[in-house]
Amino acid sequence: MSTVAPVRSRPIVGWAVHDGLVVARRNLIQSIRVPESLFFSLVQPVIFVLLFAYVFGGAIPIPGDGANAEDAANAYRNYLMPGIFGQTVAFAAAASTVGIAEDMRKGLIDRFRALPMAHGAVLIGRTFADAGRQILVLAVLSLTGLIVGWRISGGVLNAIYAYLLLLLFAYTVSWVGSTIGLSMPNPETASTAGLAWLFPLTFLSNAFVPISSMPDWLQAFAAFNPVSTLVLSTRELFGNPTGIQPDYWPMQHPEAYTVLACAVIIAIFATLSVRKFGRTTSK
Amino acid sequence: MSDDRAVFAEGVVKKFGEVVALDGMDLTVERGQVVGLLGPNGAGKTTMVRILSTLLAPTEGFARVAGFDVVKEPDEVRRAIGLTGQYAAVDEYLTGRENLRMFGDLYHLEPKYVKRRSQELLDSFDLSEAADRPVRTYSGGMRRRLDLASSLIARPSILFLDEPTTGLDPRSRLGMWAVIESLVAEGTTVLLTTQYLEEADQLAQDIVVIDHGRVIAHGTAEALKDQIGGDRIEVTVVNLGQAGAAAEVLRSVSTGEPAIEEGRVSAPVSGGSTVLVTAIRALDVAGIEVSDLLLRRPTLDDVFMSLTGHAAEDAQPVPAKRGRKGRQS
Repeated sequence: MSTVAPVRSRPIVGWAVHDGLVVARRNLIQSIRVPESLFFSLVQPVIFVLLFAYVFGGAIPIPGDGANAEDAANAYRNYLMPGIFGQTVAFAAAASTVGIAEDMRKGLIDRFRALPMAHGAVLIGRTFADAGRQILVLAVLSLTGLIVGWRISGGVLNAIYAYLLLLLFAYTVSWVGSTIGLSMPNPETASTAGLAWLFPLTFLSNAFVPISSMPDWLQAFAAFNPVSTLVLSTRELFGNPTGIQPDYWPMQHPEAYTVLACAVIIAIFATLSVRKFGRTTSK
Repeated sequence: MSDDRAVFAEGVVKKFGEVVALDGMDLTVERGQVVGLLGPNGAGKTTMVRILSTLLAPTEGFARVAGFDVVKEPDEVRRAIGLTGQYAAVDEYLTGRENLRMFGDLYHLEPKYVKRRSQELLDSFDLSEAADRPVRTYSGGMRRRLDLASSLIARPSILFLDEPTTGLDPRSRLGMWAVIESLVAEGTTVLLTTQYLEEADQLAQDIVVIDHGRVIAHGTAEALKDQIGGDRIEVTVVNLGQAGAAAEVLRSVSTGEPAIEEGRVSAPVSGGSTVLVTAIRALDVAGIEVSDLLLRRPTLDDVFMSLTGHAAEDAQPVPAKRGRKGRQS
């Protein structure tokens, strides 16, 4: 053809972020066009809040708080909410696993890979969008929490910091989820495999019960689980009860450990998934 | 540019574990040419296109596209090519226009240009009415047209079409052909894979026949037809049981081995219509009831049959493959 298509100048943010945002926009448009999937991603954590608040509320004592039964239930609700936040953002990974697996089945991966776009942009877009959706999820969840009696009492700045940590964690697990998705033969398997590891990850933590109530060997695992340090950080930042912490370094420095763990996990899984993406064809 | 050929590949081997998908493929496509890569399922067509479009690395051999090495300079190759695969690689939930915008943005084209070019493509591919509807409401033919439009957004000089009409109804297929023909008229180089002989015959000037990962014949459709002899006589018998006897009769007038397919017997002949008369008499003498008898130019089906000993549409028994290879050919 005689005419050549004009290429735009390099954006300030660089091609990788530009291309990542283009793909993220596409993923977010998908969410809007399938409101059902967005709706159910909101319903599940809300149900969790209600179940835990009213079913387990009085049964799990939080050391150091609550003199009578009603106080204890209230304390547990305040203890519980950051746990639900942590669990919910961790489950953002499952959406990434399924999303990547669907792209592979539809042959879109082939088209993306045959474009002169930045390496890893499909994954950057996927993780941006999946973490971005969590903003809405966290908003709905926070409202539900406020209705059942949860309160933020640590100041606005600390609360913002807590939400940012939660989003960072959502972004981090999206990379793990994407890496798993790239290895899956089809979306059906991906939706099972994408969830399987999240249950032990979130339950072997302080999200729902204090670590001090676990056997010693489990305490060590739970203490180094970044979900625990994320939840502990948000409890402290929101001014919610924290329970008594075992004497492990991450439990004494939860914010630093959470940020560090996220950085390490992103570095590992971004490398793995971008490399795997380069060798993947549609299935 | 030192290499003016659009595609130049030599000795390309691709192995998936034990399975040899390509076994020393050579391929040259000159600029402005339309080359058809023809072969049955499992012959290695898709694998070859995936190597040329940088999706797969060859195990051995080398390939240049638009003068760039597909392994060492993949980004330069990607800027020069458009790829349309076997299934519509467009986003279901985005509208047609949003899809084109996304791909234009990912080619790093100017936003204004993308907007104008998208409209142009939507118009010329008869998609302007459906442009702002999500793709999942599109018919199969519309999806394929959008898929092709997506690969044209950056005006690539080389276009790879991997089985562009597989799974389309006859009307949509004719529509796709018209679109491809107009691209070719504009000077785009096209490498097209197909298992439909009719399609290669219709669209390609030069046909490369491959089987088991190797080139087994190469030339224009006419040259390939001449290669297996001139005209063919074709007899359809009323009684299936007489097909063998009809083949025996035709052997006496033909220049080669007759082929039997159901109740239809065909054989290469020379000498035009006089052969036809001889054949009719001989069939009559042998007491064979004939429902149809004709003299025709060989089709590429005949070419394939004589080159490989099996028909083109026969799915070859492919060695057990792992999941991801399952749908490649």
